Amino acid sequence: MSEAFIQVRNLNKAYIGRGQTVEVLKDVSLDIDRGDIFGIVGSSGAGKSTFLRCLNRLEEPDSGEVRIDGSVITGLSHKELLAFRRKFGMIFQQFNLLDARSVARNVEFSLTVARQAKEQRQQRVNEILDLVGLTDRRDFYPGQLSGGQRQRVGIARALANEPKVLLSDEATSALDPETALSILDLIKAINRKFGLTIIVVTHQLEVIKYLCRHVAVLENGRIVEQGSTREVLTNPQSHTMQVFVEVNASLTGGFLQGGEGI
Amino acid sequence: MSEFLKLLENLFSIKTWEVIWPAILETLMMTTVSTVLMGVLGLLVGTVLLVTRPDGLQPKRVFNALFGAVVDALRSLPSMVIIILTLPLAKLIIGRSWGPGAVMIALALTCTPMFARMVESGFLDVSRGKVEAAKSVGARNWEIMLKVILPESLPSLVRSFTIAVIALISVTAIAGWFGAGGLGDVAVRYGYNRFLTHMMIAAVLALIVIVVLVQVCGEAIARGIVRKRRL
Repeated sequence: MSEAFIQVRNLNKAYIGRGQTVEVLKDVSLDIDRGDIFGIVGSSGAGKSTFLRCLNRLEEPDSGEVRIDGSVITGLSHKELLAFRRKFGMIFQQFNLLDARSVARNVEFSLTVARQAKEQRQQRVNEILDLVGLTDRRDFYPGQLSGGQRQRVGIARALANEPKVLLSDEATSALDPETALSILDLIKAINRKFGLTIIVVTHQLEVIKYLCRHVAVLENGRIVEQGSTREVLTNPQSHTMQVFVEVNASLTGGFLQGGEGI
Repeated sequence: MSEFLKLLENLFSIKTWEVIWPAILETLMMTTVSTVLMGVLGLLVGTVLLVTRPDGLQPKRVFNALFGAVVDALRSLPSMVIIILTLPLAKLIIGRSWGPGAVMIALALTCTPMFARMVESGFLDVSRGKVEAAKSVGARNWEIMLKVILPESLPSLVRSFTIAVIALISVTAIAGWFGAGGLGDVAVRYGYNRFLTHMMIAAVLALIVIVVLVQVCGEAIARGIVRKRRL
Protein backbone atom coordinates (compact mmCIF):
# COMPACT_ATOMS: atom_id res chain seq x y z
CA MET A 1 0.00 0.00 0.00
CA SER A 2 1.38 3.39 -0.96
CA GLU A 3 1.95 6.10 1.64
CA ALA A 4 -1.06 8.39 1.89
CA PHE A 5 -0.58 12.04 2.92
CA ILE A 6 -2.66 11.60 6.03
CA GLN A 7 -2.80 8.19 7.65
CA VAL A 8 -5.01 7.49 10.61
CA ARG A 9 -4.62 4.11 12.26
CA ASN A 10 -6.81 2.48 14.90
CA LEU A 11 -7.84 5.69 16.60
CA ASN A 12 -9.76 5.22 19.85
CA LYS A 13 -11.20 7.84 22.13
CA ALA A 14 -13.56 7.52 25.07
CA TYR A 15 -14.99 10.07 27.48
CA ILE A 16 -15.36 9.01 31.07
CA GLY A 17 -18.07 10.81 32.94
CA ARG A 18 -20.26 9.98 35.95
CA GLY A 19 -19.40 6.30 36.08
CA GLN A 20 -20.16 5.59 32.45
CA THR A 21 -17.74 5.51 29.57
CA VAL A 22 -18.78 6.78 26.17
CA GLU A 23 -16.71 5.50 23.29
CA VAL A 24 -16.63 8.35 20.79
CA LEU A 25 -14.18 6.86 18.31
CA LYS A 26 -13.79 3.14 17.82
CA ASP A 27 -10.84 1.84 15.88
CA VAL A 28 -10.99 4.52 13.19
CA SER A 29 -8.56 4.08 10.31
CA LEU A 30 -8.46 6.33 7.27
CA ASP A 31 -6.21 7.45 4.43
CA ILE A 32 -6.46 10.88 2.86
CA ASP A 33 -4.52 11.91 -0.24
CA ARG A 34 -2.63 15.16 -0.65
CA GLY A 35 -4.80 17.85 -2.22
CA ASP A 36 -8.05 15.97 -1.63
CA ILE A 37 -11.22 17.44 -0.24
CA PHE A 38 -12.37 14.77 2.15
CA GLY A 39 -15.76 14.77 3.85
CA ILE A 40 -16.59 13.24 7.21
CA VAL A 41 -20.35 12.78 7.52
CA GLY A 42 -22.58 11.49 10.25
CA SER A 43 -25.47 12.49 12.46
CA SER A 44 -24.75 14.55 15.56
CA GLY A 45 -22.90 12.64 18.24
CA ALA A 46 -21.33 10.28 15.72
CA GLY A 47 -17.83 11.47 16.63
CA LYS A 48 -17.08 13.67 13.60
CA SER A 49 -15.81 16.70 15.51
CA THR A 50 -13.79 14.57 17.91
CA PHE A 51 -12.15 12.85 14.98
CA LEU A 52 -11.24 16.18 13.43
CA ARG A 53 -9.79 17.42 16.73
CA CYS A 54 -7.66 14.31 17.10
CA LEU A 55 -5.88 15.25 13.86
CA ASN A 56 -4.33 18.41 15.35
CA ARG A 57 -4.58 17.04 18.88
CA LEU A 58 -7.00 19.57 20.25
CA GLU A 59 -8.29 16.29 21.66
CA GLU A 60 -5.92 13.56 22.74
CA PRO A 61 -6.78 10.15 21.35
CA ASP A 62 -6.55 7.29 23.87
CA SER A 63 -4.74 5.08 21.41
CA GLY A 64 -3.90 4.88 17.73
CA GLU A 65 -1.68 6.84 15.41
CA VAL A 66 -2.02 9.89 13.19
CA ARG A 67 0.67 10.39 10.57
CA ILE A 68 0.82 13.42 8.34
CA ASP A 69 3.35 13.69 5.56
CA GLY A 70 5.45 11.04 7.27
CA SER A 71 5.53 12.61 10.77
CA VAL A 72 3.70 10.92 13.61
CA ILE A 73 1.47 13.58 15.21
CA THR A 74 0.46 11.39 18.08
CA GLY A 75 4.06 11.09 19.28
CA LEU A 76 4.94 14.79 19.44
CA SER A 77 5.91 16.59 22.65
CA HIS A 78 3.84 19.63 23.63
CA LYS A 79 6.39 22.05 22.18
CA GLU A 80 6.71 20.19 18.90
CA LEU A 81 2.94 19.99 18.74
CA LEU A 82 2.56 23.79 18.94
CA ALA A 83 4.86 24.19 15.94
CA PHE A 84 3.10 21.40 14.09
CA ARG A 85 -0.35 22.87 14.63
CA ARG A 86 0.72 25.77 12.41
CA LYS A 87 0.66 23.33 9.52
CA PHE A 88 -3.07 23.00 10.11
CA GLY A 89 -5.67 25.67 9.73
CA MET A 90 -9.03 25.19 11.36
CA ILE A 91 -12.38 26.86 10.82
CA PHE A 92 -15.44 26.54 13.02
CA GLN A 93 -19.22 26.64 12.90
CA GLN A 94 -19.30 29.55 15.39
CA PHE A 95 -16.32 31.29 13.70
CA ASN A 96 -14.60 31.82 17.09
CA LEU A 97 -13.12 35.19 16.19
CA LEU A 98 -11.65 37.43 18.87
CA ASP A 99 -14.14 40.24 19.55
CA ALA A 100 -11.41 42.42 21.03
CA ARG A 101 -9.47 42.55 17.77
CA SER A 102 -10.15 44.07 14.39
CA VAL A 103 -10.34 41.88 11.30
CA ALA A 104 -6.70 42.54 10.41
CA ARG A 105 -5.53 41.85 13.95
CA ASN A 106 -7.51 38.61 14.13
CA VAL A 107 -5.56 37.40 11.12
CA GLU A 108 -2.33 38.81 12.50
CA PHE A 109 -2.82 36.72 15.65
CA SER A 110 -1.80 33.55 13.79
CA LEU A 111 1.33 35.28 12.50
CA THR A 112 2.32 36.71 15.88
CA VAL A 113 2.01 33.25 17.38
CA ALA A 114 4.30 31.99 14.60
CA ARG A 115 6.84 34.67 15.55
CA GLN A 116 6.81 36.51 12.24
CA ALA A 117 8.41 39.94 12.00
CA LYS A 118 6.12 42.94 11.91
CA GLU A 119 6.64 43.96 8.26
CA GLN A 120 6.12 40.37 7.13
CA ARG A 121 2.96 40.16 9.19
CA GLN A 122 1.51 43.32 7.65
CA GLN A 123 2.27 42.10 4.17
CA ARG A 124 0.79 38.67 4.76
CA VAL A 125 -2.35 40.12 6.38
CA ASN A 126 -2.91 42.26 3.28
CA GLU A 127 -2.37 39.33 0.96
CA ILE A 128 -4.70 37.03 2.79
CA LEU A 129 -7.46 39.61 3.29
CA ASP A 130 -7.31 40.25 -0.42
CA LEU A 131 -7.66 36.50 -1.03
CA VAL A 132 -10.84 36.23 1.05
CA GLY A 133 -12.17 39.53 -0.28
CA LEU A 134 -12.20 41.53 2.94
CA THR A 135 -9.60 44.21 2.24
CA ASP A 136 -12.16 46.97 2.77
CA ARG A 137 -13.18 45.50 6.14
CA ARG A 138 -9.70 45.24 7.68
CA ASP A 139 -10.34 47.70 10.50
CA PHE A 140 -13.86 46.47 11.30
CA TYR A 141 -14.56 44.45 14.42
CA PRO A 142 -16.16 41.00 14.19
CA GLY A 143 -19.27 42.48 15.82
CA GLN A 144 -19.80 44.61 12.73
CA LEU A 145 -19.62 41.76 10.21
CA SER A 146 -22.20 39.40 8.75
CA GLY A 147 -21.90 35.65 9.29
CA GLY A 148 -20.37 35.08 5.88
CA GLN A 149 -17.81 37.84 6.41
CA ARG A 150 -16.94 36.40 9.83
CA GLN A 151 -16.28 33.01 8.32
CA ARG A 152 -14.06 34.66 5.73
CA VAL A 153 -12.03 36.15 8.57
CA GLY A 154 -11.92 32.67 10.13
CA ILE A 155 -10.60 31.27 6.86
CA ALA A 156 -8.05 34.09 6.58
CA ARG A 157 -6.84 33.38 10.10
CA ALA A 158 -6.62 29.67 9.37
CA LEU A 159 -4.65 30.21 6.17
CA ALA A 160 -2.30 32.91 7.43
CA ASN A 161 0.53 30.52 8.28
CA GLU A 162 0.28 28.71 4.94
CA PRO A 163 -0.89 25.40 6.40
CA LYS A 164 -0.81 22.12 4.52
CA VAL A 165 -4.17 20.98 5.82
CA LEU A 166 -7.42 22.85 6.43
CA LEU A 167 -9.83 21.37 8.96
CA SER A 168 -13.41 22.56 8.63
CA ASP A 169 -15.80 21.86 11.49
CA GLU A 170 -19.33 22.50 10.20
CA ALA A 171 -18.05 25.77 8.77
CA THR A 172 -21.21 26.52 6.80
CA SER A 173 -23.85 25.12 9.17
CA ALA A 174 -24.61 28.48 10.79
CA LEU A 175 -24.95 30.35 7.48
CA ASP A 176 -27.87 30.90 5.16
CA PRO A 177 -27.75 28.83 1.94
CA GLU A 178 -26.54 31.61 -0.33
CA THR A 179 -23.74 32.65 2.01
CA ALA A 180 -22.85 29.02 2.66
CA LEU A 181 -22.46 28.52 -1.06
CA SER A 182 -20.08 31.46 -1.37
CA ILE A 183 -17.96 30.06 1.48
CA LEU A 184 -17.92 26.62 -0.19
CA ASP A 185 -16.77 28.29 -3.41
CA LEU A 186 -14.00 30.05 -1.51
CA ILE A 187 -12.86 26.76 0.03
CA LYS A 188 -12.88 25.14 -3.42
CA ALA A 189 -10.84 27.99 -4.87
CA ILE A 190 -8.29 27.70 -2.08
CA ASN A 191 -7.99 23.99 -2.69
CA ARG A 192 -7.37 24.57 -6.38
CA LYS A 193 -4.99 27.48 -5.91
CA PHE A 194 -2.75 26.06 -3.19
CA GLY A 195 -3.33 22.32 -3.49
CA LEU A 196 -4.34 22.40 0.16
CA THR A 197 -5.69 19.18 1.64
CA ILE A 198 -9.08 19.90 3.16
CA ILE A 199 -11.03 17.81 5.65
CA VAL A 200 -14.64 18.79 6.02
CA VAL A 201 -16.88 17.69 8.85
CA THR A 202 -20.54 18.19 8.09
CA HIS A 203 -24.04 16.84 8.50
CA GLN A 204 -25.20 18.54 5.31
CA LEU A 205 -25.41 16.37 2.23
CA GLU A 206 -25.25 19.40 -0.04
CA VAL A 207 -21.81 20.24 1.32
CA ILE A 208 -20.56 16.76 0.49
CA LYS A 209 -22.09 16.87 -2.96
CA TYR A 210 -20.77 20.29 -3.79
CA LEU A 211 -17.34 20.14 -2.22
CA CYS A 212 -15.95 16.70 -1.43
CA ARG A 213 -14.21 14.19 -3.68
CA HIS A 214 -14.10 11.47 -1.05
CA VAL A 215 -16.22 10.82 1.94
CA ALA A 216 -16.27 8.66 5.05
CA VAL A 217 -19.41 8.00 7.07
CA LEU A 218 -19.20 7.81 10.85
CA GLU A 219 -21.85 5.99 12.83
CA ASN A 220 -21.47 5.74 16.61
CA GLY A 221 -17.74 6.33 16.39
CA ARG A 222 -17.07 3.78 13.69
CA ILE A 223 -16.41 4.28 10.00
CA VAL A 224 -19.20 2.36 8.34
CA GLU A 225 -18.63 3.39 4.76
CA GLN A 226 -16.13 5.26 2.66
CA GLY A 227 -15.27 5.92 -0.96
CA SER A 228 -15.60 8.51 -3.67
CA THR A 229 -18.53 10.88 -3.26
CA ARG A 230 -20.15 9.52 -6.40
CA GLU A 231 -19.99 5.91 -5.18
CA VAL A 232 -21.30 6.68 -1.76
CA LEU A 233 -24.14 8.89 -2.95
CA THR A 234 -25.32 6.63 -5.77
CA ASN A 235 -25.04 3.41 -3.85
CA PRO A 236 -25.20 4.16 -0.13
CA GLN A 237 -24.44 1.15 2.07
CA SER A 238 -24.73 2.52 5.60
CA HIS A 239 -27.94 3.35 7.39
CA THR A 240 -26.85 6.96 7.97
CA MET A 241 -26.10 7.56 4.32
CA GLN A 242 -29.28 5.84 3.09
CA VAL A 243 -31.36 8.10 5.33
CA PHE A 244 -29.40 11.18 4.22
CA VAL A 245 -29.90 10.40 0.56
CA GLU A 246 -33.56 9.54 1.03
CA VAL A 247 -34.34 12.72 2.96
CA ASN A 248 -32.48 14.73 0.37
CA ALA A 249 -34.41 13.12 -2.48
CA SER A 250 -37.79 13.68 -0.83
CA LEU A 251 -36.89 17.34 -0.28
CA THR A 252 -35.96 17.99 -3.88
CA GLY A 253 -37.18 15.51 -6.50
CA GLY A 254 -40.05 13.82 -4.72
CA PHE A 255 -41.56 17.00 -3.48
CA LEU A 256 -43.90 17.64 -6.40
CA GLN A 257 -45.30 14.13 -6.48
CA GLY A 258 -45.81 13.31 -2.85
CA GLY A 259 -45.22 16.52 -0.91
CA GLU A 260 -47.69 17.59 1.76
CA GLY A 261 -47.69 21.15 0.43
CA ILE A 262 -49.26 20.27 -2.91
CA MET B 1 -38.09 72.26 62.26
CA SER B 2 -35.55 74.56 63.83
CA GLU B 3 -33.58 71.50 64.92
CA PHE B 4 -33.48 70.34 61.35
CA LEU B 5 -32.26 73.74 60.19
CA LYS B 6 -29.60 73.66 62.86
CA LEU B 7 -28.50 70.27 61.62
CA LEU B 8 -28.27 71.56 58.06
CA GLU B 9 -26.31 74.57 59.22
CA ASN B 10 -23.86 72.33 61.08
CA LEU B 11 -23.67 69.91 58.20
CA PHE B 12 -22.41 72.56 55.82
CA SER B 13 -20.33 74.56 58.27
CA ILE B 14 -16.66 75.11 57.60
CA LYS B 15 -15.78 73.46 60.92
CA THR B 16 -17.39 70.20 59.83
CA TRP B 17 -15.63 70.10 56.49
CA GLU B 18 -12.33 70.96 58.08
CA VAL B 19 -12.60 67.48 59.62
CA ILE B 20 -14.33 65.73 56.71
CA TRP B 21 -12.08 66.95 53.90
CA PRO B 22 -8.83 65.43 55.26
CA ALA B 23 -10.80 62.25 56.03
CA ILE B 24 -11.93 62.12 52.41
CA LEU B 25 -8.32 62.38 51.27
CA GLU B 26 -7.30 59.64 53.71
CA THR B 27 -10.04 57.35 52.45
CA LEU B 28 -9.11 58.03 48.81
CA MET B 29 -5.45 57.40 49.55
CA MET B 30 -6.17 54.13 51.34
CA THR B 31 -8.56 53.01 48.63
CA THR B 32 -6.23 53.87 45.77
CA VAL B 33 -3.23 52.01 47.13
CA SER B 34 -5.27 48.99 48.26
CA THR B 35 -7.11 48.97 44.94
CA VAL B 36 -3.90 48.65 42.97
CA LEU B 37 -2.66 45.89 45.28
CA MET B 38 -6.00 44.08 45.12
CA GLY B 39 -6.13 44.41 41.33
CA VAL B 40 -2.71 42.88 40.79
CA LEU B 41 -3.14 40.11 43.37
CA GLY B 42 -6.69 39.33 42.26
CA LEU B 43 -5.67 38.97 38.61
CA LEU B 44 -2.79 36.68 39.57
CA VAL B 45 -4.86 34.51 41.92
CA GLY B 46 -7.75 34.42 39.43
CA THR B 47 -5.37 33.34 36.66
CA VAL B 48 -3.91 30.56 38.80
CA LEU B 49 -7.43 29.39 39.70
CA LEU B 50 -8.42 29.33 36.03
CA VAL B 51 -5.32 27.75 34.56
CA THR B 52 -5.07 24.90 37.08
CA ARG B 53 -8.72 23.84 36.79
CA PRO B 54 -9.23 20.23 35.71
CA ASP B 55 -10.32 21.53 32.28
CA GLY B 56 -7.81 24.39 32.29
CA LEU B 57 -4.73 25.13 30.22
CA GLN B 58 -2.41 23.52 32.78
CA PRO B 59 -4.58 21.18 34.87
CA LYS B 60 -3.45 20.58 38.46
CA ARG B 61 -6.46 18.95 40.03
CA VAL B 62 -5.27 18.60 43.64
CA PHE B 63 -3.54 21.97 43.80
CA ASN B 64 -6.60 23.68 42.33
CA ALA B 65 -8.92 22.13 44.90
CA LEU B 66 -6.66 23.09 47.82
CA PHE B 67 -5.93 26.59 46.54
CA GLY B 68 -9.60 27.16 45.79
CA ALA B 69 -10.49 26.03 49.31
CA VAL B 70 -8.03 28.52 50.84
CA VAL B 71 -9.42 31.35 48.72
CA ASP B 72 -12.99 30.50 49.71
CA ALA B 73 -12.04 30.11 53.37
CA LEU B 74 -10.61 33.64 53.34
CA ARG B 75 -13.75 34.85 51.61
CA SER B 76 -15.94 33.50 54.38
CA LEU B 77 -14.17 35.43 57.16
CA PRO B 78 -15.54 38.83 58.25
CA SER B 79 -13.26 41.61 56.98
CA MET B 80 -12.47 42.72 60.53
CA VAL B 81 -11.04 39.26 61.25
CA ILE B 82 -8.99 39.22 58.05
CA ILE B 83 -7.55 42.62 58.88
CA ILE B 84 -6.50 41.39 62.32
CA LEU B 85 -5.02 38.25 60.76
CA THR B 86 -3.10 40.12 58.08
CA LEU B 87 -1.69 42.92 60.21
CA PRO B 88 1.26 40.74 61.33
CA LEU B 89 1.92 40.14 57.64
CA ALA B 90 1.96 43.90 57.11
CA LYS B 91 4.49 44.12 59.92
CA LEU B 92 6.70 41.70 58.02
CA ILE B 93 6.44 43.76 54.86
CA ILE B 94 6.62 47.36 56.06
CA GLY B 95 7.78 46.90 59.66
CA ARG B 96 4.63 48.24 61.34
CA SER B 97 1.35 46.61 62.21
CA TRP B 98 -0.65 49.84 62.56
CA GLY B 99 -1.27 53.07 60.70
CA PRO B 100 -2.29 53.71 57.08
CA GLY B 101 0.46 51.64 55.41
CA ALA B 102 -0.26 48.48 57.34
CA VAL B 103 -4.01 48.87 56.96
CA MET B 104 -3.75 49.35 53.20
CA ILE B 105 -2.10 45.95 52.84
CA ALA B 106 -4.69 44.37 55.10
CA LEU B 107 -7.56 46.02 53.19
CA ALA B 108 -6.25 44.76 49.86
CA LEU B 109 -5.99 41.22 51.20
CA THR B 110 -9.52 41.44 52.57
CA CYS B 111 -11.05 41.97 49.16
CA THR B 112 -8.59 39.99 47.03
CA PRO B 113 -10.23 36.54 47.43
CA MET B 114 -13.62 37.84 46.30
CA PHE B 115 -12.12 39.74 43.37
CA ALA B 116 -10.02 36.69 42.39
CA ARG B 117 -13.15 34.51 42.15
CA MET B 118 -14.86 37.20 40.08
CA VAL B 119 -11.84 37.35 37.77
CA GLU B 120 -11.91 33.58 37.38
CA SER B 121 -15.61 33.66 36.60
CA GLY B 122 -15.10 36.40 34.00
CA PHE B 123 -12.31 34.40 32.39
CA LEU B 124 -14.53 31.31 32.30
CA ASP B 125 -17.11 33.22 30.28
CA VAL B 126 -14.71 33.45 27.34
CA SER B 127 -16.03 30.75 25.01
CA ARG B 128 -14.04 27.53 24.73
CA GLY B 129 -14.23 27.96 20.98
CA LYS B 130 -12.06 31.07 21.05
CA VAL B 131 -9.47 29.26 23.14
CA GLU B 132 -9.67 26.31 20.77
CA ALA B 133 -9.19 28.57 17.75
CA ALA B 134 -6.08 30.07 19.37
CA LYS B 135 -4.75 26.60 20.11
CA SER B 136 -5.40 25.55 16.53
CA VAL B 137 -2.91 28.13 15.24
CA GLY B 138 -0.32 26.91 17.74
CA ALA B 139 -0.68 29.57 20.46
CA ARG B 140 1.27 28.97 23.67
CA ASN B 141 -0.60 28.95 26.97
CA TRP B 142 0.66 32.39 28.00
CA GLU B 143 -0.42 33.79 24.65
CA ILE B 144 -3.88 32.32 25.12
CA MET B 145 -4.01 33.92 28.57
CA LEU B 146 -2.68 37.38 27.63
CA LYS B 147 -3.94 37.74 24.07
CA VAL B 148 -7.23 35.87 24.15
CA ILE B 149 -8.74 35.35 27.60
CA LEU B 150 -7.68 38.65 29.20
CA PRO B 151 -8.73 41.01 26.38
CA GLU B 152 -11.90 39.08 25.57
CA SER B 153 -13.08 39.26 29.19
CA LEU B 154 -12.04 42.89 29.72
CA PRO B 155 -15.55 44.42 29.96
CA SER B 156 -16.55 41.86 32.56
CA LEU B 157 -13.26 42.38 34.43
CA VAL B 158 -13.83 46.12 34.59
CA ARG B 159 -17.31 45.58 36.04
CA SER B 160 -16.02 43.07 38.61
CA PHE B 161 -13.24 45.44 39.54
CA THR B 162 -15.73 48.25 40.11
CA ILE B 163 -17.74 46.05 42.47
CA ALA B 164 -14.57 45.00 44.29
CA VAL B 165 -13.37 48.59 44.68
CA ILE B 166 -16.70 49.59 46.20
CA ALA B 167 -16.52 46.63 48.58
CA LEU B 168 -13.04 47.83 49.47
CA ILE B 169 -14.28 51.35 50.21
CA SER B 170 -16.87 49.95 52.58
CA VAL B 171 -14.13 48.07 54.41
CA THR B 172 -12.04 51.23 54.82
CA ALA B 173 -14.63 52.28 57.37
CA ILE B 174 -13.17 49.71 59.74
CA ALA B 175 -9.65 50.97 59.10
CA GLY B 176 -10.12 53.74 61.64
CA TRP B 177 -9.92 51.14 64.38
CA PHE B 178 -6.34 50.49 63.37
CA GLY B 179 -5.21 54.07 63.29
CA ALA B 180 -5.60 54.69 59.59
CA GLY B 181 -8.21 57.44 59.81
CA GLY B 182 -10.61 58.05 56.96
CA LEU B 183 -14.33 58.74 56.72
CA GLY B 184 -15.33 55.63 58.64
CA ASP B 185 -13.17 56.76 61.50
CA VAL B 186 -14.81 60.18 61.53
CA ALA B 187 -18.26 58.62 61.53
CA VAL B 188 -17.38 56.46 64.51
CA ARG B 189 -15.41 58.97 66.58
CA TYR B 190 -17.54 62.07 66.04
CA GLY B 191 -20.87 60.69 64.94
CA TYR B 192 -21.22 57.61 67.14
CA ASN B 193 -19.05 58.30 70.19
CA ARG B 194 -19.85 62.00 70.52
CA PHE B 195 -23.42 62.03 69.17
CA LEU B 196 -22.53 64.62 66.50
CA THR B 197 -25.21 63.64 64.01
CA HIS B 198 -24.17 66.22 61.43
CA MET B 199 -20.63 64.76 61.34
CA MET B 200 -22.07 61.31 60.81
CA ILE B 201 -24.27 62.55 57.96
CA ALA B 202 -21.42 64.48 56.36
CA ALA B 203 -19.17 61.41 56.42
CA VAL B 204 -21.93 59.25 54.96
CA LEU B 205 -22.64 61.79 52.21
CA ALA B 206 -18.96 61.90 51.28
CA LEU B 207 -18.82 58.08 51.13
CA ILE B 208 -21.92 57.90 48.96
CA VAL B 209 -20.48 60.43 46.51
CA ILE B 210 -17.22 58.49 46.27
CA VAL B 211 -19.00 55.17 45.69
CA VAL B 212 -21.34 56.61 43.07
CA LEU B 213 -18.40 58.17 41.23
CA VAL B 214 -16.53 54.85 41.20
CA GLN B 215 -19.60 53.03 39.92
CA VAL B 216 -20.28 55.58 37.18
CA CYS B 217 -16.64 55.56 36.03
CA GLY B 218 -16.44 51.74 36.01
CA GLU B 219 -19.67 51.41 34.04
CA ALA B 220 -18.56 54.10 31.56
CA ILE B 221 -15.23 52.35 30.93
CA ALA B 222 -16.87 48.94 30.49
CA ARG B 223 -19.44 50.40 28.12
CA GLY B 224 -16.74 52.24 26.21
CA ILE B 225 -14.91 48.98 25.58
CA VAL B 226 -18.06 47.19 24.47
CA ARG B 227 -18.97 50.05 22.16
CA LYS B 228 -15.53 50.10 20.59
CA ARG B 229 -15.90 46.40 19.79
CA ARG B 230 -19.46 46.90 18.44
CA LEU B 231 -20.81 44.01 20.46
